[in-house]
Order: sequence, then structure tokens, then C-alpha cells
Amino acid sequence: MGPESEAVARVLSAIGEEDFGRLLAALVTRFRDFDLAEEALHDAVLRAVETWPGRGVPERPQAWLMATAKNRAIDLIRADEVRTRHLARLRIEDELRPGDHDDHAVRLSEEMDAADIPDERLGLFFTCSHPTLRVDERLVLILRFLSGLTTAEVAAGFLVETAAMQQRIVRAKRRILKTGIPFGRPAPDELSDRLPGVLRVLSLIFTQGMNATAGPDHTRVDLQEESIRLTRLLVGYLPAETEARGLLALLLLTRARDPARVAPDGLPVPLADQDRSLWDSRLITEGTGLVGAAAGEPGAGAYTIQAAIAALHTDAARFADTDWRQILVLFRMLSDIEPTPVVALNTAIALGKVSGPEAAMGALDELADEPHLLRHRPYHIARAITLEELGRTAEAEDAYAASLACPGNDAESEYITARITDSQR
Amino acid sequence: MKYALLLMGRTDDPECGEDGGADPSEFMAFDKEITEAGIVVGGFALEGPELGVRVSESGGEPLVTSGPFAESNEFVGGSYVIEVADIDEAIAWAKKSPGARAGHIEIRPVADY
Repeated sequence: MGPESEAVARVLSAIGEEDFGRLLAALVTRFRDFDLAEEALHDAVLRAVETWPGRGVPERPQAWLMATAKNRAIDLIRADEVRTRHLARLRIEDELRPGDHDDHAVRLSEEMDAADIPDERLGLFFTCSHPTLRVDERLVLILRFLSGLTTAEVAAGFLVETAAMQQRIVRAKRRILKTGIPFGRPAPDELSDRLPGVLRVLSLIFTQGMNATAGPDHTRVDLQEESIRLTRLLVGYLPAETEARGLLALLLLTRARDPARVAPDGLPVPLADQDRSLWDSRLITEGTGLVGAAAGEPGAGAYTIQAAIAALHTDAARFADTDWRQILVLFRMLSDIEPTPVVALNTAIALGKVSGPEAAMGALDELADEPHLLRHRPYHIARAITLEELGRTAEAEDAYAASLACPGNDAESEYITARITDSQR
Repeated sequence: MKYALLLMGRTDDPECGEDGGADPSEFMAFDKEITEAGIVVGGFALEGPELGVRVSESGGEPLVTSGPFAESNEFVGGSYVIEVADIDEAIAWAKKSPGARAGHIEIRPVADY
């Protein structure tokens, strides 16, 4: 690589992921077409690599790339009849007379050149989490277009082949285009209705990173980091939204405990046995600060409550110091908002810590008809541990065996097998 | 974007049809509102599925049968074709329609060939 192209590489890398994502979001939103935006931006970068060494790096490389990508997009539109018709549906269509697409494109380019690069990423969060998309499509669209992960990286995060992920992304982009899913920031009254859907996608990305449901690795660090980064970005746009900050706190406090969740041999370590000195105090400080503020606000909901529960765990210097009474109060509040079987399971576990194994067993038995829990490993493990505490070892072994029959990753299976061996000694 | 709002009913649903369901005046009021909004570009209301006639092919021979058709209990009762900015607007109109309570409304983007 010569010194000039090295300079270009430097400038391109100086633009950075952050601005690159911003450029892509602005193009996608302007043209309401992911494929067109990607192709245009890709071509603009190639053009920069060709021309910058000879003519010098422009003063505002981002604006240069934006203008070049827009021009390229308009060329692509002109060359494609279907896209021309799609363009005619953009907001300025009233100005368009039949057979007038070229003039229209020129006007469009002038109009856009005058504008600075708008930050459209908030709107893109809502487009990519639109309720008419399938849940799996929402996750991959956010990762692909707001995290800027490559298709191969997204595929690795979901343990699927790159080609299969490519197909999923193509389908999702097609659905956005053909269904007419809107682009841009929703109106303020719609925004609060739609925000929970966006937060849910971000939390699912984190969960995907935390508990791979199949395969050898118990942790998947990248997707956790991505979801924290994305949630932080969203909080920056919507600082007044309590639940957005509550989710960020929850993710930070969960992430903080990650280094202690897995032993060097790869087996998961239960909370009671974790080496708390391994917990990330920087993340705990940030998460605790966020939840401290959010918990007192009227907008506090399920994420803020879960973050408050996580903060009670990180507050305890030792497992024995855990304030289970307060945790039980919070789980009961959570049950009122989200009466799901998994919340009921956690409430039963907290009840056991406060009132003893018999109370826990009673609560767990009440959940025995929940079909979701019967396929949920933590339910059977909670039963097994409670049965052990009650001295009902034979039933405990059955419960461990039932947990192994549920879906889960290999590291968990090994851990459970080891516990069965222990209990047989 | 053009969307078809398909007003769907079920033959086995006693709430649906002439004996029950949404009051015809509710449908009239909705029709007035959506028409006055200036977004309707087409549409139709259908007689019941028992008056339907099916044309198909069986063993290479054309086959004509008349309703009612026992094997399918979901039917299209009518449709609006509307032209609005995006799916959110189409969903908002579907939510307003009494058809969403009496049966359900399926929104289908009109193909753009």
C-alpha cells in the first residue's frame, strides 16, 4: 500500500463505525430502501479510495461521502424502473409530474446537498423493530443496520450459517419495502407506544449473547456488548424515558457479573458460588447509578424493577448478605406488571430464601402445570435444589434428569450432570 | 402505498352475518368516514359465501360447485382498497373498522408490477 492510499485508509477509518452508521441510516431513511442505501454508500467509499489519493482528502470527508452516495443512489434509481416508481412514493411526490423522473432526481439532489447529514438512527430503531416484522427479523435488522455488524458476524451470533442469515436479512428488507413500514422518527404520542417493542429487541439481543441455546459456548460476549452499546445510543436520544435507562442499568448489572458466571473449565457457576471480586465494579457503579434514579420515577416498569433486583445482588458483599426480602417485594411488583411463568418461578425462588424450602416447594408445585416451565431448565433445577434442601433426594434426582431433557447448551448440561453425581455420593 | 383491507368472517361464528355482529349502521358510519378521508381507491361488498360458485378442475374436467362450502369456514365479506403513506396508516384504519370486532381484517399490500 502506497503512502497516499494509506492516507485514504486512515481517513476512512477515522470516519469510523459511528459516522458510517450515521451515513447509512441517513441514506436508508432518505430513500426508504436498505439495498439502495447500502449499494450507494459502498460505491461512494470505492470512489473515495479511487479519487482521494490524487485530489487530496476532502475537508469534510463525511459530507463528501454523503453527497457522493446520494448522487450514486439517484443514478441507480434512474437506471431502474421499479426503483423510479418507488422513489415517486417518497414525500416529495406531489412535485412530480409523469415522465419527469430525471428532473425530480436533480431537484432531490439539490435539496439534499443543502442539508447536513441528519442523524436518523433513532427512527431506524423503530423501523427495524416494527411490530409487523417477525421477532427474529427485528433482531438481525438492528444488529445489521444499527450495530453495523457484517452478515457473517450476525450469523455467528445466532449460530447459523452466513448464507442462511443472508436469506433472513433479504427477507426482512423485502418485508419492510413491500409492507410499507414507515421510516423516520415516530410522532411523540406513537413513540411511547412503540418504545417497549424496541427495548424488547435490545434485551433479546443481550439474551442471545448471554445464553446461547445450543452449541458449546456458554457466553457470547459480542452480542452483549452490542446490545449495551445500542441501548446506550437509544438512551442518548431519549434521555427522559425511564424504562430505556432501566434496561441499560439491567444490562450493565447483568454484564458486570459475567466474568464470574463461568469457571475456567467452562462450567457455569451459580450465583451463590461466584467469586464476587471478579464482578466489574465500573459497570456496577454505572448501573447502580442509573437504576437509583430510574426507580423513583413514575415511568419505572419491568426493566427498572429487574435492574433494581440486579442491583440488590451486586450490593451484597457476600451471597449470605443478599437482601432477599426486598428482592421478593420487587419480584411481586414485577409479577403484577408481567404475570409470566418465569417471573412466578423467580418469585418462588426468592420466597424460598425468605421463608424456607417448604414455602418454595409449595409455590413451585403450583407452577407444575405451566407448559412453558416444563420445557424450562431453571424450573427443574430450582425444584431439584429445593427437593435436596428438603432431603427428598430421589425426587431431586428425577428433577435434575428432567432438566437435562430440556433444551440448553452443553456447558449447562455438564454442570447438571456434575451435580447429579455429587448428590449421589 | 396501496393496501387491500380484507374484511374476513367465519361461517361458524354466530356473531358474524345477518343474525349478529356489528350493527350495519356501524359499517355505514365507518364507510362514510373512510370515504370522506379521500383514501379509498376501490373496494367491494360481497354476498355471503353460501351464494359463491366455485370453478376448478377435477381429473382434467372443469368442475363447477355451489356454496355453501363445508371445508372452508373463513370467507372474504368485503374489501376496501386504500392508498395511504404506510402500513401504520392502514393498520389505524383497520382498527377503526367494525369488521375488526365482528371478524378480523387482513391487510394485504397491493402488488406493484
